[in-house]
Amino acid sequence: MSSSAAGQHLLAIDDLGSEGIEELLEVAEAFGEVERRSVRKVPTLKGKVVASLFFEESTRTRLSFETAAKRLSADVLSLAVASSSVKKGESLRDTVETIEAMGIDAVVLRHKSAGAPHQVARWVNRARVINAGDGFHQHPTQALIDLFTVRQELSLRRGQQSERSGLSVFEGLNVLVVGDIRHSRVARSQIQAYALAGAIVTIASPGTLLPDDVSSWPVTVAENFEDALRSADIVSVLRMQEERGSGSFVPSLHEFTATFGMTEERSMLLKENALITHPGPMVRGVEIASRVADDERCLVRKQVANGVPIRMAALFLALSSPEEASRD
Amino acid sequence: MTDHMLIRGGTVVHRETTTRSDVLVVDGIISLVGEHLDIPAGTTIVDAEGCWVGPALVDLHTHLREPGGEEAETVASGARAGVLGGYSAVMAMPNTSPAIDSSAVVAQVLALGQASCLDVAVAGAITVGRLGERLAPLAEMAELGVTFFTDDGTGVQNAGLMRRAMEYARGLNVVIADHCEDDALAGDGCMNESSLSSELGLVGRPALAEEVMVARDLALAQHTGCELHLLHLSTVGSAALVAQAKQAGVNVTAEVAPHHLLLTEELCREYDPLYKVHPPLRTANDVEALRMALRSGGIDAVATDHAPHAPETKDRPFAEATPGMLGLQHAFALTREALGGADADPVLLFRVLSRTPAKIARLTQSDQRRGGHSAHGGEIAVGEDANLVVIDPEGRPVVRSEVLASKSRNTPYEGRTLLGAVRHTIVRGEIVVNDGVAQR
Repeated sequence: MSSSAAGQHLLAIDDLGSEGIEELLEVAEAFGEVERRSVRKVPTLKGKVVASLFFEESTRTRLSFETAAKRLSADVLSLAVASSSVKKGESLRDTVETIEAMGIDAVVLRHKSAGAPHQVARWVNRARVINAGDGFHQHPTQALIDLFTVRQELSLRRGQQSERSGLSVFEGLNVLVVGDIRHSRVARSQIQAYALAGAIVTIASPGTLLPDDVSSWPVTVAENFEDALRSADIVSVLRMQEERGSGSFVPSLHEFTATFGMTEERSMLLKENALITHPGPMVRGVEIASRVADDERCLVRKQVANGVPIRMAALFLALSSPEEASRD
Repeated sequence: MTDHMLIRGGTVVHRETTTRSDVLVVDGIISLVGEHLDIPAGTTIVDAEGCWVGPALVDLHTHLREPGGEEAETVASGARAGVLGGYSAVMAMPNTSPAIDSSAVVAQVLALGQASCLDVAVAGAITVGRLGERLAPLAEMAELGVTFFTDDGTGVQNAGLMRRAMEYARGLNVVIADHCEDDALAGDGCMNESSLSSELGLVGRPALAEEVMVARDLALAQHTGCELHLLHLSTVGSAALVAQAKQAGVNVTAEVAPHHLLLTEELCREYDPLYKVHPPLRTANDVEALRMALRSGGIDAVATDHAPHAPETKDRPFAEATPGMLGLQHAFALTREALGGADADPVLLFRVLSRTPAKIARLTQSDQRRGGHSAHGGEIAVGEDANLVVIDPEGRPVVRSEVLASKSRNTPYEGRTLLGAVRHTIVRGEIVVNDGVAQR
């Protein structure tokens, strides 16, 4: 099999292409097996050092990446930004160059500025960079988790083996992405990923929470939210990013919920076999009603569980040479 | 003892035509223009064979960073970049630290200019500290010869205050110049607002932010009768608004920067802060409209917005990096590239880079009031001050950031082959650049 992701930085979904996405999902299926063993650890990345640099608060993504690295037997070097030299005025570039000088193989980076991982990828000599979320730009592993989880669910229903289904399960699916798209890096990654996988993507949000210009995006803007819900196979509900000022883009959270929240009433409009995803953390009662979140059509728990195998796959591919990975 | 210099064998670029002429300069003044002039003994010969000889260039928009930003540029280093670019005069912008908002700082920068290798005109701030809150002492600064006022770096946000500034400036017979970007619309934006900014997850600075303020300023200028100059216009809409206002008789001039004539927002795709600038790089459509406006006279002048920045302020995440790029040393060739390449008309080039900006900056007459400046952007004719440039249109130098005269390295043109080379620059009769080498 050809290997497009091996040995590459993982900065944005578009860099992977559909082949890269398929490859990464397949590797993740294999690592999912490891998760079900009694000793949940493989020696794959023994001797490699993975640095996790989170310049922005995060619990689940950071834990998930660090767990993934440890499952692969890599050593994890974790920079606690709050107590680091960054607070003393050190630049991102100096921080990264200092850490690379300690002999690391991969940098998992989260930063509030869009494009920071691209810049870091230019600054490092040999380390591979994995984007764990940059500003409003991209959060590729989160989108991959969503596709991975949806594929498992749909394969199960169709009685297929997930790892053999490639991306065919996405062909022609109606995916509806709802909510604060303007401030969402998850949405940008997801839209690229679903579109590359062959799905038809529609977005719905209040006018102020749409990105400024989506004319070149592979999406349609829903004219009628309710109609879009009726025809959706997958609904991706996004978090209202209050910390990024989403609140000031709508008159009130209450009005947002009334107009674009995934309320119980709206969930009734969905097809019986539709699926709901949410990147977490959920704000129950704002973008999603509690009963919808706990509905069996909602995949949020499974998404969280799939975080580790996806990130194992991302680390494994980034740290393998193209030759190794294609030896199949 | 008189000092004779003969610029020999060049094509002299006049206001409307070109002629093959020699130019004899005696004691800093052009004393003969014609073919095969006799050479008095002891005359310095400046070889201009195959070259254009024109009035040295005048920049309406230079950030010299002194006082306060000497790690990025000084008056001396900026002046050196200027003469290497063929300039004999530059307008120093007031966003220094402290801002140029009082006669004391004006005097300081003028003194630094006197010691440099070209004429430095000083732009005063419109408001105290450029904070947009109350008027700076315009009359006090005008007394020292300041004729051009701006809060550049930012626009005057309060329309009422801007109206007052224009009313006051009209009485002083000085120019009000504005950096047109409405902060409420530009916000934290760091590149052009477009489908690209939406894709890159970068907050945009919409064309609208510029055009809203251009429209406001034009209305205020029409109402007050003040002479208005619009700095670094960057959009199709701004060009149209200015053209319309000129038709209506508004007393307005406008400039465009070389980077807005050549570069587009696509360069931001890799998140390299070298391409971050305010107003931002726009689209190919905007570039085309600005070129057309410059050709038609809708936009009057090319001004560099030369903005040196120390590397540590650029080597940062895109949204956090300082906006601005260098331009002074290469503006002639870049403008030529934008206006038709090798076929561009030298008459037009010298009009937009020298003669018109000199008029806007009121530098066409020498001013002895403050130990003063000489006359710039004039005709190549007997009696004129010898502020001249000799440009080899066949020269093809390549931009190398490590050999720039500026103290900073933030040029977006690294590796670019330039259409033409500045061979000699003559300021007040002195050869300050000889064969492409700065003499001091």
